[in-house]
Amino acid sequence: MTMPLVSVKDLRIGAVTDAGRKVEIIKGVSFDIAPGEIVALIGESGSGKTTIALSLMGHTRTGCSIEGGTIRLDTSDITAMSEWARARVRGTEVSYVPQSAAAAFNPSKRIMDQVTEISAIHDLMPRAEAEKKAVDLFRALALPEAETIGQRYPHEVSGGQLQRLSAAMALVGDPKLVIFDEPTTALDVTTQIEVLRVFKSVMKQGGMAGVYVSHDLAVVAQIADRIIVLKGGEILEVGSADQILSAPRHAYTKQLIAAFEPVPHQPQGLPLQAAKPKVVLEVADLCAGYGPVRGGVPHAKILKDVSFKLERGRNLGVIGESGSGKSTLARAIAGILPAYSGSVMLDGIQLTPDLRNRSKEELRRAQIVFQLADTALNPAHSISTILARPLTFYDGLRGAAREARVIELLDMVKLPAALRHRLPGELSGGQKQRVNLARALAASPELILCDEITSALDTVVAAAILELLKELQRELGLSYMFISHDLSTVEAICDDVLVMYKGEVVEALPAARMSTEAEHPYSRLLVSSVPKLDTGWLAGLEQDPELVAQFANR
Amino acid sequence: MPQSLQPWFLVIQRLGIALLTLVIVSFAVFFATEMLPGDVAEILLGQAATPEAVAGLREAMGLNEPALSRFIGWLIGLARGDLGTSYVNNIEVVELISGRLVNSLKLAGVTTVVSVPIALSLGIGAAMWRGSVFDRIVSMLTISVISVPEFMVATLAVLIFAVWLGWLPALSYGVDVSSLSAILKAYAMPVITLSCVISAQMIRMTRAAVIETINTPYVEMALLKGASRKRMVLVHALPNALGPIANAVALSLSYLVGGAIIVETIFNYPGVAKLMVDAVSTRDLPLIQSCAMIFCVSYLSLITLADVIALLSNPRLRR
Repeated sequence: MTMPLVSVKDLRIGAVTDAGRKVEIIKGVSFDIAPGEIVALIGESGSGKTTIALSLMGHTRTGCSIEGGTIRLDTSDITAMSEWARARVRGTEVSYVPQSAAAAFNPSKRIMDQVTEISAIHDLMPRAEAEKKAVDLFRALALPEAETIGQRYPHEVSGGQLQRLSAAMALVGDPKLVIFDEPTTALDVTTQIEVLRVFKSVMKQGGMAGVYVSHDLAVVAQIADRIIVLKGGEILEVGSADQILSAPRHAYTKQLIAAFEPVPHQPQGLPLQAAKPKVVLEVADLCAGYGPVRGGVPHAKILKDVSFKLERGRNLGVIGESGSGKSTLARAIAGILPAYSGSVMLDGIQLTPDLRNRSKEELRRAQIVFQLADTALNPAHSISTILARPLTFYDGLRGAAREARVIELLDMVKLPAALRHRLPGELSGGQKQRVNLARALAASPELILCDEITSALDTVVAAAILELLKELQRELGLSYMFISHDLSTVEAICDDVLVMYKGEVVEALPAARMSTEAEHPYSRLLVSSVPKLDTGWLAGLEQDPELVAQFANR
Repeated sequence: MPQSLQPWFLVIQRLGIALLTLVIVSFAVFFATEMLPGDVAEILLGQAATPEAVAGLREAMGLNEPALSRFIGWLIGLARGDLGTSYVNNIEVVELISGRLVNSLKLAGVTTVVSVPIALSLGIGAAMWRGSVFDRIVSMLTISVISVPEFMVATLAVLIFAVWLGWLPALSYGVDVSSLSAILKAYAMPVITLSCVISAQMIRMTRAAVIETINTPYVEMALLKGASRKRMVLVHALPNALGPIANAVALSLSYLVGGAIIVETIFNYPGVAKLMVDAVSTRDLPLIQSCAMIFCVSYLSLITLADVIALLSNPRLRR
């Protein structure tokens, strides 16, 4: 048997919390990586996957430090090295592809200077040679205009291109090991495919070993030979990709895979309230945009003639990639961004475009829940204060009655009443999103606009939020407009789907038929781009290149 | 508009805004001095003046015209370089100010040349070795310098260097400036005092701006490419911190022209700040207005220059 390229033994990493308490975040992790093998580290946020991956380069983030164990990379003992010796290994022996290439490129330097920087730092080859090598890598990574793309600044290329450029940056020093830290998480699905493909082929050609950090099993299944499942800084299960997907042994792995299974949504048979109109939301020819308004039309038009109807007790999914205008649609309906033409009817009543001109009762009926609970909840207010504000604003509740209602709301979202005394910072991501939802429920709305509310959550937590949404719907007769870029989430909760592309609705159809009967070429591209829990999916995937060229934001 | 012209358009826009601000400020300066209590003519003529004499002088000085037309006349004069005539001694204001301004600019220039490089290198160094002994010493020094008022620094300096040690002259003006060492000696104390006042702010802001960029993912990426600490800070962090640093430097330097009054008084240095204080005590309105305008112009041009540097150092705006 050949000697493994990397061998990690009983790795322990400690962190000091803001309060000065010491905690162990990696609790004795051991694994090997063979030359040329790609190993995936998978787990939810806080599982320590990125911490472990970075420790392979001898790097720990501020406040963390390696407390014990050894990391051997080829012939060097990373844990025993000085910082200066580690710097010599970084980029040449082991290199790093970051999660967000957009943030990892220095905005004030040209791409070529950054891609060839490893060669300049370690004095690997003359500059001209390094640039030639970079251009070859750009070609291998299927980047357009390989000869000249290096002369641009990072803001002048797209997100998918930057992610591939960051791979070129990592590969220029011919490392033996490449660490990929969630490199496709920030990308649209149609872009992700191409990036995964080129990563895989470049790694194979170079015979390099890789560590692929991700929370997404389906993505990992396409690229990894072996999968390590992590939770709370410990390894739960190690196995080949096929084994983990088809015969998971640990209960947590099973749970992860179960959260991935699409649960087709069963329409709710709500008792019709005779007094209320059947259609809860009707949007006709809605147009909205940003920028200075000239002649009643804003400079950047985002939404173009969007029309749809949402019936009471039903859920509408809005799906599309970044820049498709789906969040703008929610903001225009809520009146945060006043639409410049078209109409929004809520419960049969026409709403004025601007939030400020709407009556309290109109405001009460439609509530919006934002993607990032972190930024939507005031960090200086207790949960009780956050929930009490809408209760006082809409219902004039005060004192004990308000307190009772706050507890009731927390109970609705399955949070203990004692939580009301805490600050948002003291809650987990899932708990914060529940509070965010409870704040919308405080107004007793008819319609909730959910803007990517599960996107920032881990798979298992997101599945629980979706369950909660369904339960609330059964109890309160709510209707949801559910915005997401994730097809399976939309399928799990929605009755109907709008597919948006560049501010227009390109197709509207029942959610259950989305994957099989979508007709518009863009919908079909979107459906076919969602990774499946099958190691052969990417290799067997065939997409019409013309379609891809027309619609994918590559 | 072609892409390459855009940054120049933005620069011109900034200059336009600065000019507009200047007009608004001149309006404020003119009417603020108008509102000062007391009648100029009465003050000039003293208590024994007859009402007829006061009325005659008012007429002669044009004080009976509406304020707005006098403002416009004053503004046109300013644009032509005519700052008016001093009420007190009938000398052209330009003449009164020019010598003093040169003195002030000399002092400000020497202080800038001394303090900016020191402050920037200390700030960048403190950020580079954050948490080290060096960083702590620099932070402690800047905090103590900020907390000690400048008259205290100046007085102590005089006491130590001029009185006890006798190395430096206690006054800076009017002493022998024939050789370089003499110039250095003459300027040493006011420059040290002023540098203490303005450097602390620059050091702290530079350190904060550089640390903020050090915490970005692209600087961590440079570390993971094997870059040394020096390279991380100088090549990756610093160029992106130029905007805030330029602003901090401009704000600190703007203090040198108008704010140096204490230093000018203690070292008996004839600069514009002292001139303005004297003008206030003699109610010499044209002189007050002109000094105020000079402070505003220097402040505005420094801030605008910092804005332009921030603008041009950002490639998103550059192209």
